[in-house]
Amino acid sequence: MIQADLNVILPEIVISVYAMLALLGAVYTGKDRLSGALTWLTAAVMALVAMWIALSGQGTNVAFGGMFHDDGFARFAKVTILLSGAVVLVMSQDYMARRGLARFEYPVLVALATVGMMVMVSAGDLIALYMGLELQSLALYVIAAFRRDSVKSTEAGLKYFVLGALSSGLLLYGASLVYGFAGTTLFSGIIAAAGEGYTPVGLLFGLSFMVAGLAFKISAVPFHMWTPDVYEGAPTPVTAFFATAPKVAAMGLFARVLHDAFGGVSHDWGQIIAMLSVLSMFLGAVAAIGQTNIKRLMAFSSIAHMGYAMIGLAAGTALGVQAMLTYMAIYVTMNIGTFAFILAMEKDGQPVTDISALNLYAKREPARALALLVLLFSLAGVPPMLGFFAKLGVWQAALAVDMVWLVVASAVASAIGAFYYLRIVFFMYFGAEGETLQTARAPVLWVCLMGSALVMVVGVVNMFGLESVAAAAAATLVN
Amino acid sequence: MIGLEHYLTVAAMLFVIGIFGLFLNRKNVIILLMSIELILLSVNINLVAFSSFLGDLVGQVFTLFVLTVAAAEAAIGLAILVCFFRNRGTIDVEDVNVMKG
Repeated sequence: MIQADLNVILPEIVISVYAMLALLGAVYTGKDRLSGALTWLTAAVMALVAMWIALSGQGTNVAFGGMFHDDGFARFAKVTILLSGAVVLVMSQDYMARRGLARFEYPVLVALATVGMMVMVSAGDLIALYMGLELQSLALYVIAAFRRDSVKSTEAGLKYFVLGALSSGLLLYGASLVYGFAGTTLFSGIIAAAGEGYTPVGLLFGLSFMVAGLAFKISAVPFHMWTPDVYEGAPTPVTAFFATAPKVAAMGLFARVLHDAFGGVSHDWGQIIAMLSVLSMFLGAVAAIGQTNIKRLMAFSSIAHMGYAMIGLAAGTALGVQAMLTYMAIYVTMNIGTFAFILAMEKDGQPVTDISALNLYAKREPARALALLVLLFSLAGVPPMLGFFAKLGVWQAALAVDMVWLVVASAVASAIGAFYYLRIVFFMYFGAEGETLQTARAPVLWVCLMGSALVMVVGVVNMFGLESVAAAAAATLVN
Repeated sequence: MIGLEHYLTVAAMLFVIGIFGLFLNRKNVIILLMSIELILLSVNINLVAFSSFLGDLVGQVFTLFVLTVAAAEAAIGLAILVCFFRNRGTIDVEDVNVMKG
């Protein structure tokens, strides 16, 4: 019995044990001298576990009396989380080493946060949900404040901590109400209590609090205020991590709570999600226009993209979840490429985040400027790139349930949003003469940048079979 | 006779006080930490009250988990606060403003 349960959570156990051994080993031996090797090792472990989950996982396995689900949906999210985490770790190594941030705690904390995210997307119970969420959040608070001697970084950590703790509190208060009115913490019990025709008001109250708490985690408007500051203040590799794996995990958890626990009352939450989605898309598009710091700009960009991904959730169907998963996978790939470029931006050895530094960059580095152009077009959703097909997917899901207004609103928002992506392209190709931007020579970053740009173009052919995998994953969640 | 609704009312009041503490407080970051603790404890009251009302132990198990995590959260919050104080020399909420947002 317990053996079978442990087999289901073996990937999580492997990474947690690895993280603790790495911590112990590094403390007793080389400490920070090991940070480079440890970063690569952690990335390798995470990539191997991702491959293991992708290749060996089959069917739906439930462990610990329903507290933990290992199904197609969880596996899709876990593979995305692990791979993006591994790539971001590899990308950050060079930056960390040259900025005096090479500490061995970083890969360990990232590995622990990843375990939390894996538990989040597999949660089948409110307790498992909370434990996964907190394991992820606590590790992320620390790495946001990772540059201990910088006011900006510690301030980012402090803001993230206070607002993150508030969101956990909201979520938890909702969870306590849900427990009280459903009489159980298991999602399978909650869906039975919430779908019997008459749903207790307390349960819907709990649902609203939980939605508010989760909206904080994915930084949906009006719960987005921490995002720009945390993105700007945290060290750039940490920002790159924030913009990828945790978003997938929070989105996955959101979908799991809404469908696994509250699937019977989708007409109640569909409207809330649609409203959050519209607000996020518009605020993300409008507020980014005035930004000059590229990390802040990426924060607003991520707010807007969460809005688009939430269109899939608002639809409340299997097609919607499939579109959301596809969207998140493509979004993470685009972001990895873009952050690979941002990580390389520097002037006289100092990191630069001002977008005017990109003036006429295309004249000096045509290949890299072209790769960034492809990524920015893709982020904006310009048709031939993969980013457009991600948006098309969520639009199809929304149209299938007659949410025409949502599609129109998101098309308008993406047209507004295209402006600030194109402005960067304008700076690169037609900007004014000015000080020149140097870019670091780290080969890893260029491989990630070019690879991600290539995926955006080549992926148009068949999306690498992503859609059918996402469809199978969504089918296990919504039935 | 004190029933479930009384406990829920107390918990709701503590929760609201905690939320207001977070948003209205302009003095000190430590008060933010206290407010967060208040929110988590109001949740605990809720959980224990429901647990006793339903005759189901899961709520009390949940409470223990919440207490444990709250302790870890407070430790991390204080650690970040100490780092911030070293850099900035103050822990006034109004001075947490290097970045505008």
